[in-house]
Amino acid sequence: MRHIISVLVENKFGALARIAGLFSGRGYNIESLTVGPTQDQTMSKMTIVTSGDNAVLEQIEKQLNKLVEVLSVKDLTGGGFVARELMLLKVKANCGNRSEITSVASVFKANVVNITLESMVLEVTGPSAKLDAFIQLMHPFGIIELARTGMVALARSNEPTEKLEPPVVPPKLDLQAPDGIQL
Amino acid sequence: MSAKPKAKPAAPKKASCRADCGGCRHSGSKAAAPAAAPQSATAPIKGAELLIRCLERQGVDLMFAYPGGMSIEFHQALSRSPIRVVLPRHEQGGAFGANGYARASGRTGVCMATSGPGATNLLTGIADAYMDSIPMVIVTGQVPQRLIGKSAFQETDIIGMTRPIVKHSFLVLDVNDIPDVIAEAFFLANSGRPGPVLVDVPKDVQQKMVEAREAKVSLRAYSVRCSADEAEVEKLRKMIRASERPCLYVGGGIIAANASDELRKFAESYNLPVTTTLLGLGTFPEEHPLALRWLGMHGCFAANYAANECDLLIAIGARFDDRVTGNVEHFATMAKIIHVDIDPSEINKNKTADLGIVCDALDILRKLNQKPVFKAYKAWHKQIAEWKKAHPLHYKPDSEIQPQYVVETLYKLTRGEAIIVPGVGQHQMWAAQYYKFNRPRQFLTSGGLGSMGFGTPAAMGAKLAIPDAVVVNIDGDGSFQMNIQELGTLYAEGIGVKMIVLNNQHLGMVAQWEDRFYGRNRGNTVMRVDGAPYPDFVQIAKGYRIPGLHVWHKKDVVPAIKTMLATPGPFVLDVHVEYMEHVLPMIPAGGTHKSIILE
Repeated sequence: MRHIISVLVENKFGALARIAGLFSGRGYNIESLTVGPTQDQTMSKMTIVTSGDNAVLEQIEKQLNKLVEVLSVKDLTGGGFVARELMLLKVKANCGNRSEITSVASVFKANVVNITLESMVLEVTGPSAKLDAFIQLMHPFGIIELARTGMVALARSNEPTEKLEPPVVPPKLDLQAPDGIQL
Repeated sequence: MSAKPKAKPAAPKKASCRADCGGCRHSGSKAAAPAAAPQSATAPIKGAELLIRCLERQGVDLMFAYPGGMSIEFHQALSRSPIRVVLPRHEQGGAFGANGYARASGRTGVCMATSGPGATNLLTGIADAYMDSIPMVIVTGQVPQRLIGKSAFQETDIIGMTRPIVKHSFLVLDVNDIPDVIAEAFFLANSGRPGPVLVDVPKDVQQKMVEAREAKVSLRAYSVRCSADEAEVEKLRKMIRASERPCLYVGGGIIAANASDELRKFAESYNLPVTTTLLGLGTFPEEHPLALRWLGMHGCFAANYAANECDLLIAIGARFDDRVTGNVEHFATMAKIIHVDIDPSEINKNKTADLGIVCDALDILRKLNQKPVFKAYKAWHKQIAEWKKAHPLHYKPDSEIQPQYVVETLYKLTRGEAIIVPGVGQHQMWAAQYYKFNRPRQFLTSGGLGSMGFGTPAAMGAKLAIPDAVVVNIDGDGSFQMNIQELGTLYAEGIGVKMIVLNNQHLGMVAQWEDRFYGRNRGNTVMRVDGAPYPDFVQIAKGYRIPGLHVWHKKDVVPAIKTMLATPGPFVLDVHVEYMEHVLPMIPAGGTHKSIILE
């Protein structure tokens, strides 16, 4: 089953590599992974679309949490959330079919962001299924290339998507050898 | 020694992370090293110097370090430090040395190497610590920042290479971060589930001048749940009350939590039979009436049967490793599973638990011991006694030197008190089977990774950690040769490790599989050259100025071991045992307790 996982991580060197490495090293799927800054400069948010049975998802969540730089992990699947993706699509277009393309695009609320004599680039956002449908409709015109961002998602609730546990009373560092070494 | 630069040492003041504990090792009720009186106007020192001061403040008194171009600054600073530096003869020996030091003492082992090949040579030792949850801090030199990514001389992306085998790693890009990074590295390495932490420091950072300052640890994303709540403890008790055939299955987590005493109280006050993993050996006295000894592929018959035929399996600090369970689908099928571990990801990873509790082993055992549930389990204990009696560990003594006999003899002559550090292979299993362990940190073995060459350097680390103990490396001729160069370290540093090579001229464990599963066809498992034993280990030891003896006859085993134990300093005993023995019992990989091979 497809799952959308929202992960809050420290905005530090190598955090993305650690997470990507975790997925490849333990054999988990990644359908898409997006990462970007948040309103707090010290944190980044990743949205990972993955698939697997419940046991695999439980492990993904736990293994992510185990990483020292991961602040919070939330599997959005099953709860209320909104998810969006952005796509840029370059399609063959000439004076003969340009208006036909733009009329299809307007149904999808797609914007024309670049236009030449032989092609145009369209920008469309929405749930992944909408983007898939748009690709299908553009196919007959001749898609030159396209780029998708992968999904970003937020919970619908009033609270933040991930609950950040407040740091508990800071423990002191133990510098002594532990007790109980019997020799 | 020249006067030390008067720098205010960088002390870790407090670690800020999400830990819910009060009195366990993760919080450390004991105060940190006494803070030196703040000194006025500190003179700037080099980053490398500062890093070494930070190690001192972490209580490091010994480390394994092999110098090179990108770590020369550290070694210069170390030459002015009270930290004892042990120079291994190969970086892998240094990593295993720190590994063995940590296993023997519970303190964080420290090793260091230069960039490139120095760092890559550490990898096996780091992976080994990761697999067995051993606290280590590894410092590596790196090429200057301006050369990173340029395929500079001796440049490797060691952070990238070690990413899957460390608990965490740091690349220090700002000299001002050094105090925090070192404090965080030590805190991470030895809290929660312990593990190796790597700190990579480019040379320009080492050379930059900096003023020492107090360290601040802030790991807001790191959380450790140490404490079990009352409801969980009561649930566990309730499941024990409902059980007729309970079995305790404990592992290295008990050692990490220093919970052996509480474990013993728990087993006795609840009347529960106890089996341990290979890494858990010694957490429960093996001669205790409730002891089943260890389980798994080469574990005891009774232990495997009890774990599989019980109706309640209580796993504490163990991870249902495939060498323990065989086919995990068919492991303990009749049992409710309780799994207690400090690492949440272990619960339901290999085996689905009916009750999973995330906490420190010491915490939950203390709580359980407050209100024991004692039941007689008469039929169950009787059944176990029958299993023990029907199939004890045994071999058929004959007139040849059998490896099992050598281990048994060592056990007797050391009165069961030595720290045993084997390599990996048949000899490791015999060491675990025929030496009996009665205290934690007495059997130090490469369990998860199974690294040949572990024995000599890890024993070296153990002896340095516990100088008063008799430390014996029981090794195989294959394994011994993988880090034989550490004989040089043993002699040069005066480390009195005793080495027994059970020399059967074969890579015995693989040969055993060939005998059992591949029609006795030998595929590169014979070490003998020209029909005679090769090489001459005693001669090699002599080259390193270490005394040694060959043993060819059974009658000579006792006197030779006595000589070895009586000789001060390191000693090599090359015991020529023909390749003839298989490690038994054996549950073939992916099998079940029913498929146990006894003959």
